[in-house]
Amino acid sequence: MTDQRSQAEIVRQSLKRRYRKERRFRLYGIVAIFIALASLFILFADIIGKGHTGFVKTTITLDVTLDSETMYLDDPTDQDQIAMADFVAPIIAALQDHFPDAEGRAARRELGRLVGSYAASDIRDLIEANPDLLNTTQTMEFLAHDTVSVYVKHADDPSYSIRLSEQQQAWVDELLEKDVIDTSFNDVLFSRGDSREPGNAGILGAIVGSLFTMLVTLAISFPVGIAAAIYLEEFAPQNKITDFIEVNINNLAAVPSIIFGLLGLAVFIGLFGMPRSVPVVGGLVLALMTLPTIIISSRAAIKSVPPSIREAAEGIGASKMQVVLHHVVPLAMPGMLTGSIIGMAQALGETAPLLLIGMVAFIVDVPDGFFSSATVLPVQIYLWASSSEQGFVELASAGIMVLLAFMISMNALAIWLRKRLERRW
Amino acid sequence: MQTANLLPLILVLAVAAYGLAFMRSRAVAAPLGGIRNLKALPFYYAARAALWCAIPALIVLAAWAGFEGKVIQGMVISSLPQDVWPESPGQASLVLSQISNVAAGKLNPEFVPEHIAGAAGLLENLRAQSGTFKTILVLLIAALGAAFAWTRVAPHINARESVERTLRRIFFVCAAVAVLTTVGIVFSVIFETVRFFGKVPITEFLFGTSWSPQTALRADQVGAEGAFGIIPLFTGTLLISAIALLVAVPIGLLSAIYLSEYASKRVRSTVKPLLEMLAGVPTVVYGFFAALTVAPFIRDMAELVGLEASSQSALAAGLVMGIMIIPFVSSLSDDVINAVPQTLRDGSLALGATQSETMKNVIFPAALPGIIGGILLAASRAIGETMIVVMAAGLAANLTANPLDSVTTVTVQIATLLVGDQEFDSAKTLSAFALGMMLFIVTLLLNVVALKIVRKYREQYD
Amino acid sequence: MSVNETISSAAEQREASVPVQDVAVEKKREDMPVQEGKTVGLPYADDPKFKLRNVEVFYGDDRAIKDISLDIARNEVISFIGPSGCGKSTFLRCLNRMNDSIDICRVKGQLMLDDEDIYHSKRDVVELRARVGMVFQKPNPFPKSIYDNVAYGPRIHGLANRKSDLDEIVENSLRKAGLWDEVKDRLDATATGMSGGQQQRLCIARAIAVSPEVILMDEPCSALDPIATAKVEELISEMSESYTIVIVTHSMQQAARVSHRTAYFHLGHLVEVNETSKVFTSPEHELTESYITGRFG
Repeated sequence: MTDQRSQAEIVRQSLKRRYRKERRFRLYGIVAIFIALASLFILFADIIGKGHTGFVKTTITLDVTLDSETMYLDDPTDQDQIAMADFVAPIIAALQDHFPDAEGRAARRELGRLVGSYAASDIRDLIEANPDLLNTTQTMEFLAHDTVSVYVKHADDPSYSIRLSEQQQAWVDELLEKDVIDTSFNDVLFSRGDSREPGNAGILGAIVGSLFTMLVTLAISFPVGIAAAIYLEEFAPQNKITDFIEVNINNLAAVPSIIFGLLGLAVFIGLFGMPRSVPVVGGLVLALMTLPTIIISSRAAIKSVPPSIREAAEGIGASKMQVVLHHVVPLAMPGMLTGSIIGMAQALGETAPLLLIGMVAFIVDVPDGFFSSATVLPVQIYLWASSSEQGFVELASAGIMVLLAFMISMNALAIWLRKRLERRW
Repeated sequence: MQTANLLPLILVLAVAAYGLAFMRSRAVAAPLGGIRNLKALPFYYAARAALWCAIPALIVLAAWAGFEGKVIQGMVISSLPQDVWPESPGQASLVLSQISNVAAGKLNPEFVPEHIAGAAGLLENLRAQSGTFKTILVLLIAALGAAFAWTRVAPHINARESVERTLRRIFFVCAAVAVLTTVGIVFSVIFETVRFFGKVPITEFLFGTSWSPQTALRADQVGAEGAFGIIPLFTGTLLISAIALLVAVPIGLLSAIYLSEYASKRVRSTVKPLLEMLAGVPTVVYGFFAALTVAPFIRDMAELVGLEASSQSALAAGLVMGIMIIPFVSSLSDDVINAVPQTLRDGSLALGATQSETMKNVIFPAALPGIIGGILLAASRAIGETMIVVMAAGLAANLTANPLDSVTTVTVQIATLLVGDQEFDSAKTLSAFALGMMLFIVTLLLNVVALKIVRKYREQYD
Repeated sequence: MSVNETISSAAEQREASVPVQDVAVEKKREDMPVQEGKTVGLPYADDPKFKLRNVEVFYGDDRAIKDISLDIARNEVISFIGPSGCGKSTFLRCLNRMNDSIDICRVKGQLMLDDEDIYHSKRDVVELRARVGMVFQKPNPFPKSIYDNVAYGPRIHGLANRKSDLDEIVENSLRKAGLWDEVKDRLDATATGMSGGQQQRLCIARAIAVSPEVILMDEPCSALDPIATAKVEELISEMSESYTIVIVTHSMQQAARVSHRTAYFHLGHLVEVNETSKVFTSPEHELTESYITGRFG
């Protein structure tokens, strides 16, 4: 008894020190979680901070007099005349209405640089389509030049450099006051393909490219993945071949994605002679890449169907295949769908293998099929992020926001499906 | 006809075969007294007809589509006059692209030599012929398969068995795709790698300390002057991966421990999905973050304390990569820690150990093999990560251990060597495949070892 | 399979396969008066080690232990018996607060160890558990060496200043657990390589090594074969000289062999506590009688 008493005393004395250690250990855990969550927060805040201006475009609204004399254009139906005509002149003239003192070649040139380089073709397209508009005055909205756009959106941001002359800045300030220069929702972003000019570039081409690519990926990886999972769970005999397949799947799940790009380059493009830069090849490569994810999650879903269901069906004389197709697969479907959606979300964000199969090309047109040259959303972000033009940074961030929105909604769908359809046995 | 258009056509034929066989099986059964006298349900006769119609046709179509391009190219090249035959594969591809550009109407035939224009005509001709043959052959096979299955609709034949056998085989083939993929990966890197080692000795590749494939561009001296020493790439990869693991392992492990041992259910159910969000963010986003936010920040900070940092520092790439693999480490550790039986925890707690003592002395040692396996998997992921380093680590192959310097990695080099126009057969292009091979072997080894450890660990407590 | 397991699994099978009878039993149980908070026999003692009054345990909204009052005397061996799910393990785990790790578990009532409240908000669990050790159903040696297993407790509590002290504690504990002669040559071997019976005795040695005042045993023999069981039971009898021992068991024979008093639990109630011989020869309560005569498991 005395022994026990003195031991208890020793224990009591050690407690303070041990609890201090306990608290410190717990604190380490909290700090670790805090760092991880803070990184997530900073990442999102950074991207939103950089990208929210990407959803805003800067426009200049002018009353343009489509004077045939200033444009050197008498007959808009004559292609030669259209090709030679000066469509910038009416814009400069309209700007000069606001600034009568801007005289001379230099001033005119500076004025002309307030609007984007596509402004002239806007006028040309208008006149080509409606020749009667010649010699009338139209109110037209032009995209501002990128330097103007940067000045309007980021004048206070030191990470942007303002490339407008003093004079131009004064003009822009005045036009802003008069509401001639205005900012509004950037519909261009969602209605066009890539462009050399940030103001004119959009992600529609990349979104459509991603869509085509994902359709190919889904069409291949979903059925093949589920069939493979069914085989491995239900039919595979216990032998070396099965083991080999399983080891292969587990390893493929951890092979770096860029290796799949090498595979696509050597096999699909090199061996089969498929074209570069097309959604079909991208989709095939991503399908092979997501296959292990889908197989692994589908197997887990099949495993979770209780044996009693199988036994019940077998008990009334259903064949193994009937048991699987009529009972097991329908019951495992929610789990399989969830896994597939998560796999597709991964594939949607994948960039590296697509670089190797040529989906990094500069493509202006929105792709119109599985075999037309295309790029995808993450690659478009990569291209913009590595561009030296400063206006592309906000577009890249805006693209990231769109990409993340897609991925979050896919994951939310997966969670919803799981909650809604999953059965607990 | 285009392959894409043939696919729905085959589908239509298969559906038709299904319908016909279904009706026939009912017709066969009717005089016998109903479908109960058939060996299988009408559905199975019909399904068999559809399978026999579609599968052979699809196989032929796939084979044709896979190889028609190459065969036609070969025929076009060999049709060229002897004196202009291309001397190297590189030249051949140049000539071929010229020919196909003419054929596609992108290049005016007047601007090219006569034999090219002629070949373009031939190309178009061959393509049209191939399309016609393909269509006829595929449709014929589909019709034959369906017809054969139709004649085999008989009461004594068990169609169910044959359908099920076929399905099982299809399932097997699908499972074997994983093996085919691995084989494909190995073959796609191995040939080019062997050719590369024909130009650059393997010892120079493995032990050379300088990497500058660009200089190899000089004419007639392919490979002779270019430096293809992989050491700086390996050290660069290791440096960045080590930084990443230094960030991810403590943070991931400690968060996993906190979440599994201390956190209340509510905290766990909010923090865990948030951590997993980190894993779901695409790598290109991390690359963007590393290149445009973290790297400049580190450069400014270094300047503040008087250090010189490259604008594309290994530290930036490594830090961000570390953030990326935190959830990877934490979820693997979480699994492993939870797999330690509760009885061990109880045993330690019942002796009066505090939670942290239990964790440090009992659970952690018991979970260590599994945790090491998880860290190896994380390392393999760090080594194979591409986008972050492509965007933030730079291209300079410096042999350095200074994290503020710019380094390059194996994946960066693969990506940059193979993006854009490549010359066929130059050591520069081939070296990318050799690097790919190295990367594949290293990550494969890491994965095999890690999976083995993890599996062994699981068995211990199952 | 051990004798105990045979009994319990046979009982479970009976319940599962003959539902009609089960309903009948169920009905009979209801007929019998189990008054809440009322325990027949000798639940109280003078100068008890544990003084437990009106104890209630909740799992979420389920009341697993219903108003139990009991004294546990110094240096006595008391057995808790009763059908599966009657709450005996839950009650046992209250005595050194092992239920704390279950989030939804709440304990009410007065639980005193040497007149100190076990569940006092300032009460230190670590100190409590150093005084009230526990041995579990399944042997749970740490995946370390035999020596490290036994030395673990003294190390964390800082009971030994020198290596020689520690060696002494380990040897004494292993001797007390009757394991010394079997393992003295392989103290560095890993504990998981031992047989089940040895593992369980090692766990007992591990518990003894911190010199607790009380040892709680939760079905310590249910995973052991009859020979190992006999050794552990022998050990329990020897230990009763220096420790207070509370043992939960499925085996009535075991309770009869090792314990001074036996407590019968039923659906969260403490029905009867008495001298062991009395409980098994002339139980006062109908339910106890039904149980020991094997009418339900």
